Amino acid sequence: MILDELDHQILRALSANAEQSTKQLGQKLGLSQPATWRRIKRLQDAGVIAGRKLDLDAEKVGFGVTVFLGVKLATKGRVSLEDFERAIGAIPEVQTVDHVLGLYDYRLRVVARDLADFERVLRRRIMTMPGVGDVEANVLLSEERRPGPI
Amino acid sequence: MLDDADRRLLRLLQADPTQTVPDLADRLGLTPARITRRLDRLREDGVLRGSHAIIDWRALGYTIAVSLRVTLDKTVPRAFDDFIEAARAVPEVIEIQTFLGRVDVRLSLIAKDLAGYQRLYREQVLTLPHIADIEALMTVATVKSDESLPL
Repeated sequence: MILDELDHQILRALSANAEQSTKQLGQKLGLSQPATWRRIKRLQDAGVIAGRKLDLDAEKVGFGVTVFLGVKLATKGRVSLEDFERAIGAIPEVQTVDHVLGLYDYRLRVVARDLADFERVLRRRIMTMPGVGDVEANVLLSEERRPGPI
Repeated sequence: MLDDADRRLLRLLQADPTQTVPDLADRLGLTPARITRRLDRLREDGVLRGSHAIIDWRALGYTIAVSLRVTLDKTVPRAFDDFIEAARAVPEVIEIQTFLGRVDVRLSLIAKDLAGYQRLYREQVLTLPHIADIEALMTVATVKSDESLPL
């Protein structure tokens, strides 16, 4: 999909704040409300805007710890990747699962109430999974999302 | 502190942030006025910070996603600040995270193809200041990405 400068501005604005109305957004960009709506609709139909994400303060809702885990499978070929992915994705504390190439096989983002809670999730739910080998944990200290190349 | 009704409300909203107050009221069996009051309070307390559109970079032709794990030279006092400031200037960097552990900083980098990634890596990543070590994990497939909290 080829985007023009107005599309870029719409994406930039909505990825910073999706709660503005098409009217407000149109006014900022010098577009009519129907024209803004049509452009947003086109971006949604093309799958460029894939949805909306609620922005919650994880700490204030009780999740004080976020950990990134690198997981290596111990018995490659013997464990079905599909089974592993299904099981690991079903753990509520596991927020993201990426199959990666490199030092690890999977990269997980895990939330927990505190470090003790994280240890429980790691020991009881993740380490007990068949095929899990070497695991490296890095505790998230700060995070910044950038607008990206738009 | 959140009560059970707050949690239920946030859980519903997290699953679909486009739901309207009347929808939420229906599903929770509360009046719209009470839902609005709760939402206002959650916003005031900074629990609910709004929402943002999710951009699918693949749909824009960015088929390559790489997680760069960086260890910095900590003998330099401003290593973190300098590195992060310079990383912000690279448009293809879509996330910057700092860690306690073996990795100091992680960058999420996207590129349109492998040639583009190689160029970016050589010209814009390796030239970032105070890098002691760098490892790349290339995403083959994203299995789960909703990032929702288990409220």
